[in-house]
Amino acid sequence: MPSIISISGVTKTYATGFKALKEINLDIERGEIFALLGPNGAGKTTLISIVCGIVNRSSGTVTVDGHDIGRDYRAARSLIGLVPQELTIDAFESVWATVNYSRGLFGKPANPAFVEKVLRDLSLWDKKDAKAITLSGGMKRRLMIAKALSHEPRVLFLDEPTAGVDVELRQDMWAMVRRLREDGVTIILTTHYIEEAEAMADRVGVINRGEIVLVDGKAELMRKLGRKRLVLELRAPLASIPEAFSRYALELSPDGGQLTYTYDNQSERPGVASLLRDLEAAGIQFRDIDTQNSSLEEIFVNLLRQEA
Amino acid sequence: MNLRAVWAIYRVEMARAFRTVLQSIISPVISTSLYFVVFGSAIGSRITEIDGISYGAFIVPGLIMLSLLTQSISNASFAIYFPKFVGSIYELLSAPVSYLEIVIAYVGGAATKSIILGLIILATASLFVPLTILHPFWMLAFLVLTAVTFSLFGFIIGIWAKSFEQLQLVPLLIITPLTFLGGSFYSINMLPDVWRTVTLFNPVVYLISGFRWSFYGKSDVSVGISLGMTVVFLLICIAIVAWIFRTGYRLRN
Repeated sequence: MPSIISISGVTKTYATGFKALKEINLDIERGEIFALLGPNGAGKTTLISIVCGIVNRSSGTVTVDGHDIGRDYRAARSLIGLVPQELTIDAFESVWATVNYSRGLFGKPANPAFVEKVLRDLSLWDKKDAKAITLSGGMKRRLMIAKALSHEPRVLFLDEPTAGVDVELRQDMWAMVRRLREDGVTIILTTHYIEEAEAMADRVGVINRGEIVLVDGKAELMRKLGRKRLVLELRAPLASIPEAFSRYALELSPDGGQLTYTYDNQSERPGVASLLRDLEAAGIQFRDIDTQNSSLEEIFVNLLRQEA
Repeated sequence: MNLRAVWAIYRVEMARAFRTVLQSIISPVISTSLYFVVFGSAIGSRITEIDGISYGAFIVPGLIMLSLLTQSISNASFAIYFPKFVGSIYELLSAPVSYLEIVIAYVGGAATKSIILGLIILATASLFVPLTILHPFWMLAFLVLTAVTFSLFGFIIGIWAKSFEQLQLVPLLIITPLTFLGGSFYSINMLPDVWRTVTLFNPVVYLISGFRWSFYGKSDVSVGISLGMTVVFLLICIAIVAWIFRTGYRLRN
């Protein structure tokens, strides 16, 4: 099946001359959870705003389920729900009126039962008659999500969904994202909390200074770019790493009690087995051994460092 | 045509008017009543008739226009500026709504409110002075045309404005003087020739003159010119709005 969102050759230069996006090419697969990672100012929000129709692109084309966002903007935008980063709601409207307004704005006929379900799923039903201004920050965030879901979108954009959000809401939100995915909704989220991408995403795209640096499946990314770390707890502390082990690039903890060996999966370097043999031969004994995979965060930081 | 969206926006705009009923309806009614007390009764009783119309009755069309212009502008400019200011405009821009639909909804909402207001002032005025309306159809036509035109104008200001100060500036510095100098409280024929000529460059003169004609059959300039100038101003506003939308000016940049 063709991808649900296809972005090709999209650039954005603001009136100030600032080039926010340089030649973005990106395809989002139907039904996936795609995480767009990048530091602040990388162009994440600009890219989302272009796809959603909030900002005009300077060049390039974007299609949503085959509909061009320019020529066929009605069909394209009807499919999209957007939860922006900022909490921006008409403060004086009730929750119920606000969500129904959003549904109407997207051209959907009134459906109180559906809106009720959305509010209940987001624990907002009790607040349906409250004015937005009286809601707490977390409740406002829920309201923003309810508005985005009110017109039954097939693609949901979550721009920094968990910035400043408490644990309960965060868990509710991930539960909701999983439910939506089961219903076939494609989800694109931007974040700089990399644990989130790590926990949720099927694929990850990294954007930096207006360019897509890489796009890959999360698992592949972690396999390809990830590093492994072998930590050995020594029985007797070492004063220094013996000369014979220089080829392993080991690190010794300050107290001399722990040896760390970092290696990447595709490395030509000697493997763990030979290290262990050499340690035994040298009479260095250890009481515990542990291996760790590097997190997406470390991968991400490394990538940006290479870029710089 | 996404009529549901037009209706959704329109309804929210009308709901705002009812929520702020004091500010939207009652305060203009009070200020108009004060004008009648001051100009109609206190000062007006010392003023002879103008064009055979008692002064109190003479100022009614001008007073309605005064409120109609300022309220149309402030309703429409605020309606579009506020979502821009708080950021909730993202939703409007991301919705499957055409520019035409946005304009119809916002300008329609603002114009409806100011027309209702104009009619309320008319009713209030009838409590103070005996009123005749010779051409009710044209009275309504001028009312609607002016409300729509100045709501469009307000819409433009709301999109252009980058701060609350700018939002207030145009009505304060341009519209209020033009309205006061546009013959709300006098016939421009009472002015010296030079000032009368200068006044003819004030578009508000034509609105008030035409509107007054629909009441009393008397006007400062001919009705055809009044109607023509009102339509010209409407077309200018439409052209500016079309340009704003074509370029995404201060909305999508």
